[in-house]
Amino acid sequence: MASTPKNKLGIRGWVCGGRYVVERYAYIIHRISGIGILVYFILHIFVTGSRLGGPEKWHSTMSFFETPLFKFGEYLVFAAFAFHALNGLRLFFNELGFLIGKPARPVFPYKTSIHHQRPWLIVLMILAALFIVVGGLDFYILGE
Amino acid sequence: MRESTLWRWHMLAGAVVFFLLGLHMVIMHLDDILLAIGAGHGKAIDTTVVFERSKQAFFMVTYVILLGAALYHGLYGMRNILFELTLKKGWETLINRIFIVVGLGLFIYGTYVAVFVFLNGEV
Ligand code: HEM
Ligand code: HEM
Repeated sequence: MASTPKNKLGIRGWVCGGRYVVERYAYIIHRISGIGILVYFILHIFVTGSRLGGPEKWHSTMSFFETPLFKFGEYLVFAAFAFHALNGLRLFFNELGFLIGKPARPVFPYKTSIHHQRPWLIVLMILAALFIVVGGLDFYILGE
Repeated sequence: MRESTLWRWHMLAGAVVFFLLGLHMVIMHLDDILLAIGAGHGKAIDTTVVFERSKQAFFMVTYVILLGAALYHGLYGMRNILFELTLKKGWETLINRIFIVVGLGLFIYGTYVAVFVFLNGEV
């Protein structure tokens, strides 16, 4: 296997490694939301494990989490999910070679794959925003 | 295993999680909206509702699949982020081992919970 070039930026390379087009911000948020959901998920496995102790144990565990702070945290997980899932869908297709157009000669006026994929990004982000608003409605208005 | 194979599994697991977690999020978080349009079954995390779900084979099976797919997808993603630092071989081996042990451990524990509550949980 060809050796990987050395990452000279170190941890800075995670956020400062490229050109700042809108996809680059989507990439940073995708990474942060992925890590956030993963941390939540690992704790979630233990919290839902309290079902082993029966309904009383579950009930007492849940009452511990009934604070506005945890509720907001849960909403953040929901929002992270909405973004990560829909942006992930775009990446899924892009990385498998779909929705980026066919290779073509660089003839003026130039077209890049951005022309093909950006409309998808915009549509999916509108959808994600819609989910986040509907989720907020459920969490904070209907759910009260 | 080849890196490209591991990456394909990461994509495939992402697709599985998309559907199963999508369902989980709608059930858990849009419960009041479902109730408002007449399609809900009460507050999603009320004790009786939680145990009713846990007793259904559909949820037990899909939870185990979601557990495995989300653990693989999330931990492989995290491994990718760490490996971007172009670490020394020894560190990479250590991270691989820790992630395999943590992933398998959580998978076994979560599966035990899902199956135990399915078989024994009373409402
Ligand atoms: C809801 C469905 C999901 C979809 C469609 C999805 C899709 C994706 C895709 C396509 C990538 C690769 C990004 C790339 O190669 O540039 C990715 C990365 C990642 N995902 Fe997901 N994902 C989903 C859910 C989750 C969940 C539930 C977790 C946590 C348990 C998670 C954690 C991660 C992490 C940590 C990364 C690595 C991010 C990075 O390299 O910057 N994802 N996801
Ligand atoms: C933030 C909001 C979330 C809430 C309120 C929530 C709620 C719950 C509840 C109440 C259960 C117990 C079973 C049941 O009632 O049917 C459960 C189980 C489960 N959840 Fe979630 N969940 C959330 C997010 C997530 C995420 C982000 C993931 C995956 C990445 C996930 C994966 C699972 C799995 C795999 C199980 C089964 C665990 C087992 O049986 O061992 N959940 N969830």
